[in-house]
Amino acid sequence: MTTTTTNTPLVSVEGLTLAVGMGGREIVRNVSFDIAPGEMVGIVGESGSGKTQAARALMGLTPPPLVRTAGRILFEGEDLALAGPARLRELRGARVGMVFQEPMTSLNPSMTIGRQLGEALALHRRDLSPAARETRILDMLARVGIRDPRGALAAWPHEFSGGMRQRMMLASVMLLEPALLIADEPTTALDAVVQRDVLELMVGLTREHRTAVLMISHDLPMVARFTQRMVVMRHGEVKETGRTDDMLERPRHDYTRELLQAMPRRLPARQVTAEAPVVEVRSLVVDYPGHRRLFAKSVPKRALHGIDLVVRPREVVAVVGGSGSGKTTLGRTIAGLLKPSGGEILFRGRPIARSDAGWLDYRLQCQMVFQDPYASLDPRMTIGQLVGEGLRLVKGMSPADKAHRVAEVLDEVGLGTAFAPRHAHELSGGQRQRVAIARAIVRRPAFVIADEPVSALDVTVRAQVLALFAELQKRHGFSCLFISHDLGVVEQVADRVIVMQDGRIVEQGSRDTVFDAPQQDYTRKLLSAIPALEPTEAGGVRLRWRFGAEASALA
Amino acid sequence: MKRMKRLPLNALLGLLIVGAVVLAAVASHFWTPYDPLRINFGARLKLPGGAYLLGTDEFGRDELSRLMAGASTSVWISLLTVTFSIVVGSIVGVLTGFLRGWTDRIVMAFNNALLAFPGLLLALGLLAVVGANPYGIILALGLAYTPSVTRIVRGTVLSLREKEFIESSRVLGNSELYTMVRHVLPNCTAPLTVLATSMFGWVILAESALSFLGLGVPPPAPTWGNMLASARPFMAQASYLSILPGLCIALTLLGINLLGDAVRDWLDPRMKGVQ
Repeated sequence: MTTTTTNTPLVSVEGLTLAVGMGGREIVRNVSFDIAPGEMVGIVGESGSGKTQAARALMGLTPPPLVRTAGRILFEGEDLALAGPARLRELRGARVGMVFQEPMTSLNPSMTIGRQLGEALALHRRDLSPAARETRILDMLARVGIRDPRGALAAWPHEFSGGMRQRMMLASVMLLEPALLIADEPTTALDAVVQRDVLELMVGLTREHRTAVLMISHDLPMVARFTQRMVVMRHGEVKETGRTDDMLERPRHDYTRELLQAMPRRLPARQVTAEAPVVEVRSLVVDYPGHRRLFAKSVPKRALHGIDLVVRPREVVAVVGGSGSGKTTLGRTIAGLLKPSGGEILFRGRPIARSDAGWLDYRLQCQMVFQDPYASLDPRMTIGQLVGEGLRLVKGMSPADKAHRVAEVLDEVGLGTAFAPRHAHELSGGQRQRVAIARAIVRRPAFVIADEPVSALDVTVRAQVLALFAELQKRHGFSCLFISHDLGVVEQVADRVIVMQDGRIVEQGSRDTVFDAPQQDYTRKLLSAIPALEPTEAGGVRLRWRFGAEASALA
Repeated sequence: MKRMKRLPLNALLGLLIVGAVVLAAVASHFWTPYDPLRINFGARLKLPGGAYLLGTDEFGRDELSRLMAGASTSVWISLLTVTFSIVVGSIVGVLTGFLRGWTDRIVMAFNNALLAFPGLLLALGLLAVVGANPYGIILALGLAYTPSVTRIVRGTVLSLREKEFIESSRVLGNSELYTMVRHVLPNCTAPLTVLATSMFGWVILAESALSFLGLGVPPPAPTWGNMLASARPFMAQASYLSILPGLCIALTLLGINLLGDAVRDWLDPRMKGVQ
């Protein structure tokens, strides 16, 4: 690889403007930034900020209705906007590589790993013999941490986990030693624990090959952790650019400050009185039935191995764990959506069962907020109907009382009655989640199960919804089982934390104990994957890895 | 985007055609230019124009009057047949989709067997048993088209029941029946409307085919199908006798399909306000 002097930027975007058709709405407005060779630059922004389109324009991969109406994109001094399709194809892969968000769909499911990795190499490096190419692929697979590289060549993408696939994706891109790697939300779809591994691998690999990286993400702490410079975008415009460290410590623009403020942080611990528990779970076991075969049933899969837990009045208990830890199964079983295979669930000291007379009471007292606000609201009903449905089975309320209560709750969640005649599709993600919360609390339940209630939301919206949730919880005093993989959010909301792994509780304790003095390796690993934030006097934050090896050597 | 702009014109055209057919069908009960059954050997095979606007057939009966009366027969047979299929198919589909297990397996095995059997052939067989009369046709065609409704409803229910809003209905304490009626069925309307409109077309066609084969509504009562059939020997002398009923069938199908698309978009709350 030829060495360029570090003074001339590798990529220089100048006043880039992208619009929908000529004279249409501008998605990206007057965006400028540079990337020096070997540098890591992050673009941070929420959904709709134009960050993805701005980055895709570098590769000429913007969707057809988008046209560049102004600006230049200089790559090694050449204006890519003027380059024809043939020249762009030459550059793609060979000089500019791209890693996408979704490792499940960015690998072709009907091609073996070996063929997919060999494809680009065969196209761009004809000078290498097939044997030499295979050696390179094997070396690269070993480098990205695939245990059996030779075996992986003949394997299919579905045989690997998301983290492994993202490693292979990275391998296939880095095989060609590009000068620039564009990573679009490279770890958003991955588990917290895997995220850090994949990112550190990406940093290591690109450093070895002196590849510059443009990382696009909504996750500010993650971008801040790994990049030297950041570009903050909102509504298609660059709000602030600068050195990452400076921006964290002394954010100049209001929006950057807002983003930093929206990062979840620990609040002072609350006092929870040791009253009789609202909900108690005793040695709960859940089996998923095995797949039916022609003549026999395969062995059932045990999702929960005897869970014991207690939720006291006005207490927020967080359940954390990686994917497959059984945390969602636990929530759904307590909500009565899944039938336990063993153990019992007690509500206010009485075991509940479907046939029981107390079942309806439990149903009325135990509500749930789901993860995806797009799927959890019936598209055919208005907001008023959706929230009002929560009162349908409540006895002793007149229709006028019910209408009044619906209006009251819509006000409480900050929507107001003006939203009542609208349909869910007219609302933003944050507004929908407010509707879902309104529906859950409209009958004033004693216990709410929240299954990843904010993980589908943008950073600033997430902060608002969490604040709303905390306020409602304080006002109405319901207990809450808060299921999340996001430890930052958990640190902010939880009184007590339960850590789950493979269907078992591995650790539980008060929030401060679990976060400050974790006893188990798994908890430590989970915690070390996310950086802690320390507010500074200048309104900024300082990032710090908790536990484990400090990664500052990379930054 | 394109679809949105094209929609109003299509909807209007569909509405116009279907409206005209329904109007003709209703009007035929009160007024037709001539009695559609009156035979007049003095005016056999008259060309369109003059006293007989669309000419007369081989028995001197007025073609326009017969087309109007035929529209009436076709419309109500199709309406009843489609209603029958949709109601029966939806009930069976929702039940199998919700209960699953052995009910689903047995019902679907039966359903698939029916689907594998050509609908028209099934109707022919049934008609041979119950005899050629309008109610026999409705029953036969209704049964022949029910399996496709069942399949679509069951598929929709199966995909809907995994959605979080169905689970949230359960968490609210709603019974399975209420959830089915309030949340599952309304969300089946979009695919059902599309199916119902295209089925309306198939039934008109099938009824015409049965009448053409002499198993439909028995003569002398006119339907578009038996008019086509009886016009066959006179194709050379009086081609309009074949063209007119054929044109009626084709235009009605076009109108119904255009209208069906519009109704589907209109029924979907997500489409509102997109224009």
